[in-house]
Amino acid sequence: MSAASTAEAPAYVAKTKAGRITDFVDERVGGSGILREFGRKVFPDHWSFMFGEVALYSFVILLLSGTFLTFFFDPSMAETHYDGSFTGLQNVEMSVAYSSSLDISFDVRGGLFMRQVHHWAALLFVASIAVHMLRVFFTGAFRKPRELNWVVGGVLLILAMAAGFTGYSLPDDLLSGNGLRIIDGVIKSIPVIGTYISFFLFGGEFPGTVIIGRLYMLHILLVPALILLMIVLHLFMVVVHKHTQYPGPGRNDGNVVGYPLGPVYAAKAGGFFFIVFGVIALMAAFFTINPIWNYGPYDPSPVSAGTQPDWYIGFVDGALRLMPGVIGDFHFEYVIFGYVLTLNVLLPALVPAGILFTVMFMYPWIERWITKDNREHHVLDRPRNAPTRTAIGMAGFTWYCVMWAAAGSDLIATHFNVSLNDVTYWLRALFFIGPVLAFIVTKRVALALQRKDREIALHGRETGRIVRLPHGEFIEVHAPLDEYKRYKLVGFESPAPLPAVPNEHGIVTRKEKRRAALSKLFFEDRVAPATPAELEAAHGHHGPHEAVEAADEQRSLTH
Amino acid sequence: MGNHSDGSPNHSGTVATAGQNEVEKFQDPGLPPHRLRLADTDPRAAKRAERQVALLFGLSVVGTFIFLVAYFVIDLGEGSGATIADIRLQNALLGLGTAFAMLGIGTGIVHWAKALMPDHEVSEERHAVRYEEDRQAAVRIVDDIVEETGIKRRPLIRNTLLGAVALAPLPAIAIFGDLGPRPDKALAHTMWAPEDGKLKRLTRDPDGTPIKASDVTIGSAFHVIPEGLNELHEGKLNEKAKAVVLLMRLDPESLNPSPGREDWGYNGIVAYSKICTHVGCPVALYEQQTHHLLCPCHQSTFDLTKECKVIFGPASRPLPQLPIAVDDEGYLVATSDFNEPVGPSYWERDEHERSINS
Repeated sequence: MSAASTAEAPAYVAKTKAGRITDFVDERVGGSGILREFGRKVFPDHWSFMFGEVALYSFVILLLSGTFLTFFFDPSMAETHYDGSFTGLQNVEMSVAYSSSLDISFDVRGGLFMRQVHHWAALLFVASIAVHMLRVFFTGAFRKPRELNWVVGGVLLILAMAAGFTGYSLPDDLLSGNGLRIIDGVIKSIPVIGTYISFFLFGGEFPGTVIIGRLYMLHILLVPALILLMIVLHLFMVVVHKHTQYPGPGRNDGNVVGYPLGPVYAAKAGGFFFIVFGVIALMAAFFTINPIWNYGPYDPSPVSAGTQPDWYIGFVDGALRLMPGVIGDFHFEYVIFGYVLTLNVLLPALVPAGILFTVMFMYPWIERWITKDNREHHVLDRPRNAPTRTAIGMAGFTWYCVMWAAAGSDLIATHFNVSLNDVTYWLRALFFIGPVLAFIVTKRVALALQRKDREIALHGRETGRIVRLPHGEFIEVHAPLDEYKRYKLVGFESPAPLPAVPNEHGIVTRKEKRRAALSKLFFEDRVAPATPAELEAAHGHHGPHEAVEAADEQRSLTH
Repeated sequence: MGNHSDGSPNHSGTVATAGQNEVEKFQDPGLPPHRLRLADTDPRAAKRAERQVALLFGLSVVGTFIFLVAYFVIDLGEGSGATIADIRLQNALLGLGTAFAMLGIGTGIVHWAKALMPDHEVSEERHAVRYEEDRQAAVRIVDDIVEETGIKRRPLIRNTLLGAVALAPLPAIAIFGDLGPRPDKALAHTMWAPEDGKLKRLTRDPDGTPIKASDVTIGSAFHVIPEGLNELHEGKLNEKAKAVVLLMRLDPESLNPSPGREDWGYNGIVAYSKICTHVGCPVALYEQQTHHLLCPCHQSTFDLTKECKVIFGPASRPLPQLPIAVDDEGYLVATSDFNEPVGPSYWERDEHERSINS
């Protein structure tokens, strides 16, 4: 708009005081344009889209409750004698950090509640990110153009775990101190620089007097700032891409179907924040989490049996437990050129997590390379309609779960009254066999579900009504699907294996052959969606059934 | 019924979607017809939903009051005489109040949205993330910018800038040099080393009372710290993290000391480092019957009758043994420091072990 026309246009004057204030702000920030762009933006709706929201809202709750806690927490490792209202630890020697955590729990009104809210929200934060990522993976939402946002999500998962671990260590109680002790042991196993990193992190020997203060700074400043930055990036890309949608009638890669942001979607999403907050508050009210007063202050000597890390660290701890230190006469710790290589710690601490995260980050590109699919995808896959991807995901998930279960091997043993050693042996076997079994079973289940979909699309839904035909045959009446329900079952792509093709020099490279082999693995067992011709044939096939069904329809019409 | 999996290969191009380009497929019927809700057609149902929403918001108000009452009525802190039960009650009420306050608002808004706001699904066009026109314009702009800087024509500027930028972060790394001391031989030594020729007594953890050999009956186990640990003012936990020891007495017959270690015990009393050689947890569980030591963190199991050799779990090295004897007054003492570094392994460990034994 040119300056002249602005001058000529009658200036807008708001009638009410609120209107004038709004207008004042709007003229200076351009809110009208933003509202025009976003006020009615369409968002698809599905329950599985809420996991990401849970993560976002948990983070907001973490910021709120965490800020409260910082007003009372003192991250000093100076020695003090407890002098608070909890009689069980009266006059016990401890660090100021632990003492102030006890004060938050017992002497600050609402302090215990805020601690519990903070801890539960943290557990939920990591959990919801993990589940959200599973949803994104299994529905293929990571495909073009969202590969980079998948990576940002993966970084958020790692940052969430980092935030969780740094926070877990702060109260300086016996449990968290042992957690740090384990971290120190793992760090020391790193070749060449491990001892240096350990001394630099702890400011000398373990446990030293600085680690809590350093973790505190990471926990309340650096890590949350990075998380916030990543969330901004993540949401920015969601806006750029617009949300994905589940397949169904009326939905395709060129549109987005759902509710407008205002009012319905904003109300649902906004209301959901309060619901998440309410559920966390309920958990904080009735389920004790991390009762640090039971553990006592950190002391390198005692430890209680059955100790558990927070759930998201479990898979690394489980991997540490599964690794045998000695097989026969072979020791995984050995001396090489006068230096110690501690493979029994190094391998389980780094390799499984390394493989999981590397494959996770690279998966969008791996699949894109195999399928040569360079199109944009905004319609999600139902997991069954991508059987191999679903199987790969389940294999990885199973692998993770085996390690996670291993972190509780002692509890499994005591709870089910079985030998701890046997539990470990079984889990060691499952570590290798589990993912393979999961892959095979998942792929078969997905293919079977696809066949079932075909069956329903072609022959309709089983009604449970058995009808006897004039010549004595019994049949079950199938009710045909309406076209909307049928489209949901048939409206998907089923790519075929893509054979190796020569490059521009006319050569089929070895890499291309490998790609073709993987493409075959991906798509050779594919089930194609039913076609109208097949539906026609299916109906023509069974004369009598058809007659009954037709009569049925007639009747329901005349009702 | 025909073939369930149509596997005919597709030669149509880069994207393999066989069986869909050639074969006719179901057409998208478009959005299903919108179905009206009860509240859309029946004003009474709408009124009912309205009242339900208001009721939920009302519940939220009740929750806020529960919170405030619980906060102000139950007093904590010194002199209040508050017990654990009071804290529990307050925590439960604060949580319940917050939960009502939040869930009331949340469920109220969601119910309002679902029952009363229009539930027509709308379809909106997607736009390309990037338009070719924009790309070309951007390339032109970047080209112009690069051209105006002249960076391509003046490699001297480019190269010196690259060099400077590459080196500039080095101070940012170097400045962290004082995060900690360089690791020295500290990890190789513990408090057990005799001071001025005086052997350190084994004392009970945590009170520090010395242990007489006669106190240690067969089958018993003691958690041990070195004499003088509790009197340390600085670095007490650092020393304790290396020096803690488990003391046990077995039938001397069942111990099988290797050559050179026969006199490291006394009458079947032996002392081993309590710090796991895996990642450093305290090996706190002693199975009296089997003479096994078990680490509760990762279940490494050590056999006391085989000089704490690893018999199960992730540890790879035996627990270091502390050589002990009895002094004139009958108290147990350590005749020397450990003959190897205790705790988890580290890169320089072997070097340290050699220097201890040389």
